[in-house]
Amino acid sequence: MGLRSYIDKIKPNFQKGAKYGMFHSTFDAFETFLFVPNRVTTKGSHIRDSIDMKRTMTVVIVALLPALFFGMWNVGYQHALSIGESWPFWQTFFFGFLRVLPLLVVSYGVGLSVEFAFAQARGHEVNEGFLVSGLLIPLILPVDVPLWMVAIATAFAVIVGKEVFGGTGMNIFNPALLARAFLFFAYPSHMSGDKVWIDGLAKGQQVVDGFSGATPLANAAAYQLDKIPSAYDMFMGFIPGSIGETSKLAILIGAILLIITGIGSWKIIISVFGGGLVAGLLFNTLAINPYMSIPPWQHFLMGGFAFGAVFMATDPVSASQTERGKWIYGFLVGFMAILVRVLNPAYPEGMMLSILLMNAFAPLIDYYVIQGNIRRRLKRTNRVAKS
Amino acid sequence: MENLINIFVRSIFIDNMIFAYFLGMCSYLAVSKTVKTSTGLGIAVIFVMLITVPVNYLLNRFVLLPGALQWLDESFASLDLSFLSFIMFIAVIASIVQLVEMVVEKYSPALYNSLGIFLPLIAVNCAIMGGSLFMQQREYETLGEATVFGLGSGVGWFLAIISIAAIRERLKYSDIPKPLRGLGISFILTGLMGIAFMTFMGIKL
Repeated sequence: MGLRSYIDKIKPNFQKGAKYGMFHSTFDAFETFLFVPNRVTTKGSHIRDSIDMKRTMTVVIVALLPALFFGMWNVGYQHALSIGESWPFWQTFFFGFLRVLPLLVVSYGVGLSVEFAFAQARGHEVNEGFLVSGLLIPLILPVDVPLWMVAIATAFAVIVGKEVFGGTGMNIFNPALLARAFLFFAYPSHMSGDKVWIDGLAKGQQVVDGFSGATPLANAAAYQLDKIPSAYDMFMGFIPGSIGETSKLAILIGAILLIITGIGSWKIIISVFGGGLVAGLLFNTLAINPYMSIPPWQHFLMGGFAFGAVFMATDPVSASQTERGKWIYGFLVGFMAILVRVLNPAYPEGMMLSILLMNAFAPLIDYYVIQGNIRRRLKRTNRVAKS
Repeated sequence: MENLINIFVRSIFIDNMIFAYFLGMCSYLAVSKTVKTSTGLGIAVIFVMLITVPVNYLLNRFVLLPGALQWLDESFASLDLSFLSFIMFIAVIASIVQLVEMVVEKYSPALYNSLGIFLPLIAVNCAIMGGSLFMQQREYETLGEATVFGLGSGVGWFLAIISIAAIRERLKYSDIPKPLRGLGISFILTGLMGIAFMTFMGIKL
């Protein structure tokens, strides 16, 4: 354990009051990143468990890896498709890898710098919360987004969305979605349309005849229902879209991992799909425009519905905390997502905004659930006291 | 009927007084510390809106609009009193708020005390005045439309204030940087909630 003894050797320099005492939190962050800390909680009630925030975040990252790797491959695949070539597997993957890696580096670089700066300034420990957000941000962006935009959006999301509320675990809105919403409203031309989803298209690259680059959602919004790819393609993810959202298979693997480990709430995931199902069937019966006639299962396969349901809506901080609240919260997320998709021509995808909206209402849902519990129990005790 | 539902939904979500127009911010920021008092104030706003908008509609229709006084005498046909709308609307709103205050004081002293200064301040709540002016500007055709619009705007305001109150109750346990505690974080929060409410922007009913 050369590293351990080296860290132990330099540790006294970083204690409060020592030479580099001001970098205490930075040192602490690296130390706990490398080794499990041997300190124990001293204040408050606590539960003995092998899981801590670091393990939680690691599990989420592992659950995101299938979507990430598939997204990399798909970037290459879609690019090869657009220029009418067919590449071997490794070339495809490597092309996408080189396109996605800068996004990851920028997102982690900017986000972690902000986190470290805040931790230093406020004398905190650096939390691991950003490790997940930093991976989520590139996964929900189109591949062609300029890097400086990623940097601005990440900084906005981490500062305004998280640090001003007191850091990890205190935020009201999901930081990754906030980054995306920021870009969506500030630079709409880089976040929507038919060109941004495939590498090279926005730069005016030559494409083969008949290739459009439109996402299934754009097809549906334009009422070109016959152009929507087959269910198999959408499930496997051979479609244009944000980097991580295309493959429902990869998301399903992640979802199973999250549910088995108990980190993602299965109640939220199920109720999001339930809400989507109800909204889909409702619009099917109304059927005012062609978009409304799309069956609900097709809605689930298009765009970011599945990704949002599994990785965004289940964010334990910004979602409802009460068990009954989770059902209500999830249901409304799914319902609103389909509603926005079908009724709002301004936004092709409703998942991002519906989750942000329900983030805003989650504390209210919790409040009423808790008040309801209090009232029910009061009634029960009164009844017992009387009899 | 469809038209009325349309106006109702629009005024709650799409043209939300707080998140789309940022009207009525003063009491929205000041009273939203707990859900309980916010609920009280929100209900008071709904009630005042529900009364003032239709009353002002009648006033507008039969007194203020160009030629509105024709029902009194033919010679008034060319009369245009619309320059008086601000002062007339304010007078109506102020007197109705006075009424609400008396009713609340009589029947719910606890709520009256917790609302404190903000109940009389509803009289100068921009959302209430805004409701009446939007009614005039958007030229709602019937009394029913004006009433539904008033109700919807009030409900939208109510929804906004109780949702931020619930968030602020949760924020009590957050480690917010000192300079931002209280109003500062509420402003940021309102902006972020405004982004979330952009969900509805552009929906055509």
